[in-house]
Amino acid sequence: MADLAVPLPAGTGSLGLEASGPRGPKPRHVFSRRNIFLYGTLIVVALYYLLPLYVMVVTSLKGMPEIRLGNIFSPPLEITFEPWVKAWSSACTGLNCDGLSRGFWNSVRITVPSVVLSIAIASVNGYALANWRFKGADTFFVILIVGAFIPYQVMIYPIVIILREIGLYGSLSGLVIVHSIFGMPILTLLFRNYFTSMPEELFRAARVDGAGFWGIYFRIMLPMSLPIFVVAIILQVTGIWNDFLFGVVYTRPDTYPMTVQLNNIVNSVQGVKEYNVNMAATILTGLVPLVVYFVSGKLFVRGIAAGAVKG
Amino acid sequence: MTRLENPSVSIQDLSLNFGAISVLETLNIDVAEGEFIVLLGPSGCGKSTLLNCIAGLLDVSDGRIFIKGKNVTWEEPKDRGIGMVFQSYALYPQMTVEKNLSFGLRVAGIPRDEIAKRIARAAEILQIEPLLQRKPSALSGGQRQRVAIGRALVRDVDVFLFDEPLSNLDAKLRAELRVEIKLLHSKLQNTMIYVTHDQIEAMTLADRIAVMKGGVIQQLDAPQKIYNRPVNRFVAGFLGSPAMNFLDGRLEKNDGDWHFAVEDVRIPLATYAFEKEPVPGAAVFGIRPEHVAFNSGSGWPFTATANVVVVEPMGSDTLVWLKLGNQNFTVRVTSERTPNNADSVSIGFDPMRALLFDAATGNRL
Repeated sequence: MADLAVPLPAGTGSLGLEASGPRGPKPRHVFSRRNIFLYGTLIVVALYYLLPLYVMVVTSLKGMPEIRLGNIFSPPLEITFEPWVKAWSSACTGLNCDGLSRGFWNSVRITVPSVVLSIAIASVNGYALANWRFKGADTFFVILIVGAFIPYQVMIYPIVIILREIGLYGSLSGLVIVHSIFGMPILTLLFRNYFTSMPEELFRAARVDGAGFWGIYFRIMLPMSLPIFVVAIILQVTGIWNDFLFGVVYTRPDTYPMTVQLNNIVNSVQGVKEYNVNMAATILTGLVPLVVYFVSGKLFVRGIAAGAVKG
Repeated sequence: MTRLENPSVSIQDLSLNFGAISVLETLNIDVAEGEFIVLLGPSGCGKSTLLNCIAGLLDVSDGRIFIKGKNVTWEEPKDRGIGMVFQSYALYPQMTVEKNLSFGLRVAGIPRDEIAKRIARAAEILQIEPLLQRKPSALSGGQRQRVAIGRALVRDVDVFLFDEPLSNLDAKLRAELRVEIKLLHSKLQNTMIYVTHDQIEAMTLADRIAVMKGGVIQQLDAPQKIYNRPVNRFVAGFLGSPAMNFLDGRLEKNDGDWHFAVEDVRIPLATYAFEKEPVPGAAVFGIRPEHVAFNSGSGWPFTATANVVVVEPMGSDTLVWLKLGNQNFTVRVTSERTPNNADSVSIGFDPMRALLFDAATGNRL
C-alpha cells in the first residue's frame, strides 16, 4: 500500500493500467444517427404546423385576380396591403361596414376588465384558501373546482335569464362578469397551489410581525408571486380574447367581440368570397394572443428564474 | 407540579387536539423571568406545537397561556409581546435586511427615527451592520439566521421563541451561533423558549430543560439534573451521546443484598441509592459509556470481561462497542487506550453511577 503514496512523474500512467486510450470529455458527433432523427422529426413537425400560417400570410398579400389562379403556395407576384386595410376598416358584417376595428375595441373593453377582475378575485381566493384555513375552506374549494368540470353550454341559458333580470344582458359589463366567474375555478386552483408551495413559516413570521390578512397579501405574498400572475394573465388574455361562445350569446351586434365579428365576415354568404380579406382578418384577430405569448413568454421564464433563487 | 411566583410565561392545563388526535395533553409549565428554557424531544413530540401555541399561531383546544401575568390565550401573535425565530429563517425574500428588520415596526406604525434607532442597536448587537442593504438571497445561512434573530430583537419583546433555529446550519456554524445565542441571552436577560431536538444545544444553552414525549413533559429540570438523575428510561436514553447502555435483566435479593442479574452476570447493587424499597423482578440497568472504566483490573465494585466488536476513533476519545454476553455495550475511552477489534477486554464500573429502571413503566427505581 505504501508505494501508492509515491508521487508519479507527470505523463506516466499508474503501473499496470493502459497508458493510451480515452481521456477527457467524450467526443460527440454532430451528424450522429440520434441527432439526424431528433432534428429531422422536429423540422418536419415544425413545417407541418407552419405551412397553414404561410398560406394565410401569402394569400392575404395577394390581390383577388392572383388568388383565382389557384397557386396557393406560391409567393405573391404583386404584394398588396389592400386586404389588410379592408379587413381592419371597411369589411362588411350585416349593415355595418367599418371592418374589424370595432370588434377589436370591443374585445379590448371586454378582455382588460375581465382579466383584471378575475385575477384580483382569484388571487385573494387562493391566498385565503392556502394560508387562512377558515372553517369550511375545503368544502368551498371542492365546490369551486366542481364548477370547472361542468360544461359551459349547460349554464348558458340560466345565465341569460340572470343577466336579463339584473338588466345587464347584451352589455359589455354583463360579459365581463360572465368571463370573471368562469375564470374563477381554474385561477383559484392555480393561485392556491402556488401560495401553498410558499414556505408556511414566512406567513407565520409575518403574523408574528403583526401584519393582517391584507397586509400579508399585499406586502409579502404579492411581491413574491410575479411568475404565477404572468401565467394567470397569459391564460386569461388568450382565453377571453379567443372566446366565441359567450361573446355571441351575451352581446349584441354593436358590442360583438372581435372573434364573433371575424366569423361574420368570413361566413358572409353574399357576393364573392374575398379570401385575402378573410386571411388578413383572421391573422389580425389572432395577433393579440400571439403577441401575449411572445412578450410574456420571456417575462415568464425570467419570473420563474427569479423565483427559483433560494431566499 | 410546583408553580413559580410571577412567571414570565405560564402555561396552564394546555391541551391541543387535531380532530381525534391529541397533540398536547393538559400541559403545565412555568417559565421564570429571564430564564432560558429548552423544549427537547424527538420529532413529533409536540415541542414545536407548544411553541406555536405560545406564539398564538395555533388555537388551543383547552387551557390558558399567560405572558407577563396577562392572559393571552385569545390574543393575536403581535399582541403577545413575543418575537419568534424560525428554522427556515423565514426572511421576506423581496426585502433588504433593513426592511426585513423594520417590517414589524412599520406595520405597527412606529415613527421613523425610532425604527432607525432600534435597527442600529440590533445590527450592532448582532454585527450585521454591513449587511443592512443586502437581500436575503445574498446572505449565508449564518447571516440569515442572525437577521432572523434581529427581527425579534427590534420588536423589543419580553419573550423570545426559537423554533429549531440552528437545524438548517452546518455543524461548525451551529456551534458558533450556539455560543452567540448564549451570549445574547446573558446580554439581554430576556426570557427565551427554545425548541430543539439536539441534546447538545439543550445541555449547553438551557437554564432548565423540558424533555417532551408524546405531548407530555417527561421531566423539567436543570441540565445536569436531567443528565444525572433522569426520571425514566426515555429521558435517560434521549440525553447523552453515545446513548446510555441499557441491560435487560432481573432485580434479585440474595443474602440480604440486592443484585442485578443479566444472563450469567450478577452486578452488586450495594452502593446504588434506590428511590424506594425495590421489589424483585424484571428491570433495566443503565450506565453511561463514560462511567465505565477499561482494562481496570481490580478495585471496582464490579468487573467483567467483554469482546470488542467495533472501534470508532473520534479524535479526542474513542468509542468501543462491546458484546457483554449477548447484549450490546459501549464504552468511551481516551484515545491512548484503544484496543483492537475482537480483543477480549475487562471493564469495570461503580454501580453507584448506574440507573435502574422499571422494565414495565420505565420509571427510575
